[in-house]
Amino acid sequence: MTDRSQTRRQRLAIVYGIMSIVLLLVVMQLWLLTATMSLWLGGNSQIVWPAALASLVCLGLNMGLLRYLIRLDR
Amino acid sequence: MKSSSGPLHSFPDGGTEAEQPKWRKDFPIDVEADEYGARRDFTKFMVLTSVAFVCGQVWIGLQSLFRKDKLEERAIAKVADVSVGQSILFDYPTDRDPCLLMRPAEDAFIAFSNQCTHLMCPVRPDLEQNRLHCPCHEGYFNATTGSPEAGPPRRPLPRIELRIENGTIYATDVQRGNS
Repeated sequence: MTDRSQTRRQRLAIVYGIMSIVLLLVVMQLWLLTATMSLWLGGNSQIVWPAALASLVCLGLNMGLLRYLIRLDR
Repeated sequence: MKSSSGPLHSFPDGGTEAEQPKWRKDFPIDVEADEYGARRDFTKFMVLTSVAFVCGQVWIGLQSLFRKDKLEERAIAKVADVSVGQSILFDYPTDRDPCLLMRPAEDAFIAFSNQCTHLMCPVRPDLEQNRLHCPCHEGYFNATTGSPEAGPPRRPLPRIELRIENGTIYATDVQRGNS
């Protein structure tokens, strides 16, 4: 497993995994935004801040994954 | 599994380094490394999109903080102005918010926003069928509750709260999500 090319191939698999998770989280955020907007326009303001918090958590996860991805390249 | 003595670079045609043309030997491009960089950039873009979504959520939150809970009362019509089975248009709470006042029975007045909750087309009253019709995309709302009955609209029409005093009808508030 010391082969440079092999290591890169393994890293590529990790990158694919990270990309999938990031994509999933962004799709979840998109759904969250549209659902919140729909509820808010319908007069329901109770869900607005919990949804914003959930979206922020998704962003935190995404940034953590991106940081890991950048560190992987060093 | 590749042996530890395998090539450092992979070539697009899958051949060995010795089989490659001279120009590729002189300027080798590591395809895997190139793809790795592109995917990392893609992930960066997705994270930026994620930031934009959070900004959107916060914007909705701030809008909900500054949304007025109670609107100003406004006289919209005289009782005598609306015959039984008829309707009139008025604007509430601002001049850019068209609304519909209906009188389905002698003592019954009911008002809704006149903008379809699908794409804001004006709705038309059909009191005989007890419904409001949006001609743009064939949407139908219940004329008593404002709830959507058919077509693309999913949200009810905002209901305008009314008060009648000395023969004058006043709009007092907008009730969203009324059904």
